[in-house]
Amino acid sequence: MSVFDDTRKPYLPDEAATLALGAALAQAVRPGLVVFLEGDLGAGKTTLTRGMLRALGYAGRVKSPTYTLVEPYTLSNLYLYHFDLYRFHDPLEWEDAGFRDYFNPQSVCLIEWADKAEGLLPSPDLLIRLAPEGQGRRAEIVAATPLGTECLARLALN
Amino acid sequence: MLVLGIESSCDETGVALYHSERGLLAHRLHSQIAMHTEYGGVVPELASRDHIRRVLPLTESCLAEAGATLDELDAIAFTQGPGLAGALLVGASVANALGFALQKPVIGVHHLEGHLLSPLLAEPRPAFPFVALLVSGGHTQLMAVRGIGEYELLGETVDDAAGEAFDKSAKLLGLGYPGGPALSKLADQGDAKRFKLPRPMLHSGDLDFSFSGLKTAVLNLVQQQSPLDDTTRADICAAFQEAIVEVLTKKCLAALKQTGMQRLVIAGGVGANRQLRAGLDDAAARRRYQVFYPPLALCTDNGAMIAYAGAMRLKHARHDYSYGAKPRWPLDSLPVA
Repeated sequence: MSVFDDTRKPYLPDEAATLALGAALAQAVRPGLVVFLEGDLGAGKTTLTRGMLRALGYAGRVKSPTYTLVEPYTLSNLYLYHFDLYRFHDPLEWEDAGFRDYFNPQSVCLIEWADKAEGLLPSPDLLIRLAPEGQGRRAEIVAATPLGTECLARLALN
Repeated sequence: MLVLGIESSCDETGVALYHSERGLLAHRLHSQIAMHTEYGGVVPELASRDHIRRVLPLTESCLAEAGATLDELDAIAFTQGPGLAGALLVGASVANALGFALQKPVIGVHHLEGHLLSPLLAEPRPAFPFVALLVSGGHTQLMAVRGIGEYELLGETVDDAAGEAFDKSAKLLGLGYPGGPALSKLADQGDAKRFKLPRPMLHSGDLDFSFSGLKTAVLNLVQQQSPLDDTTRADICAAFQEAIVEVLTKKCLAALKQTGMQRLVIAGGVGANRQLRAGLDDAAARRRYQVFYPPLALCTDNGAMIAYAGAMRLKHARHDYSYGAKPRWPLDSLPVA
């Protein structure tokens, strides 16, 4: 498989497009997947997560986990954990917070600011980068493992 | 009745002694700022072991200030949730161990109930019922409060909390993190009219908030105006603060109108913001509403509000010393006191 097949780069002109990408991802993810979300403040990481959770049938509030560090969601066929490690000063805080336990074959883990716990996190199956481009955002989705490649193959983009 | 309160839901460790007749006797807080000085730099801010290190010395210090001993405690209250599981378990373990050793009742308090009731620790005390705006780094909620344990959620943020929007916008403006207070300070020197920022959900017709879009608008403005000179930075701060204050103020007024209540209580860290207080005071005075604020020292997380809420809930105290944390715990699920 060529490198090209492991990367998708959809353009997201507005918030609705970010939500739609989240919904498409919701159909493609499977339990056990680890996803790193990258992008500066305001790039749309939480919005993308909201789109995913809505499509997975979660109707409640989807908040940024910056202060709580992790927001857990129990869905019909999987657990989704949305992490934000922005406030970490030291990778060892990852261990202290007991977050290792959240990574298991039943859960999908989305991690923002994964570099704050560098070396301690499981390696990602999927890397999603969001960067400003024009008035919107450019998303770059990279598969880093066979599990990630399968997920990307299922991803239906408009 | 003398109640010891222990707060350890997040970054701050707070301990306090509240007496049902004599009021607040002592309170101590170990904040990140103090820790930065003490440990000289990098701080594992949420390591549960820091709560473990701090909670007993703080308790001893409170008892010394109040001239009391452990034997004189009538009950021990702790923050049971919501918050970080590991951090919560520290307070829960200490409170239940103390209770077991002293054979005194233990009360698990809801963190947000503590904040809601904190203005009752100041004079003049608001009478029930009132509308409460709980606004901090982690929360932005409007509640109708009809009595202890009688809380109705009127509206809340659908994404970022107001304090979070302050801190993140400060970061985008190069003011460090968490830089909410620095942003407010700079806003005082800026021209709020130079840039127009959105007022998210101002006319949504409900009492919900959204601040994520405001943060994105600041990001776009920063990119547009880059590189930022000092005047532009101050002007963006001023425009940002004006937008947040306007949204919070108008939603508070709408909540008062909707409930027919006359009193507004502000709780949480953003409640210390001077422009917010000025805006609310001004809007309320024109409509003959009364606004109440907790003392500045009790705006952030603290043990005093937990001791006080515990004292209000003595009848829910437990003697079985089995305990757990409740990282997720809806406020409107609490029993009436």
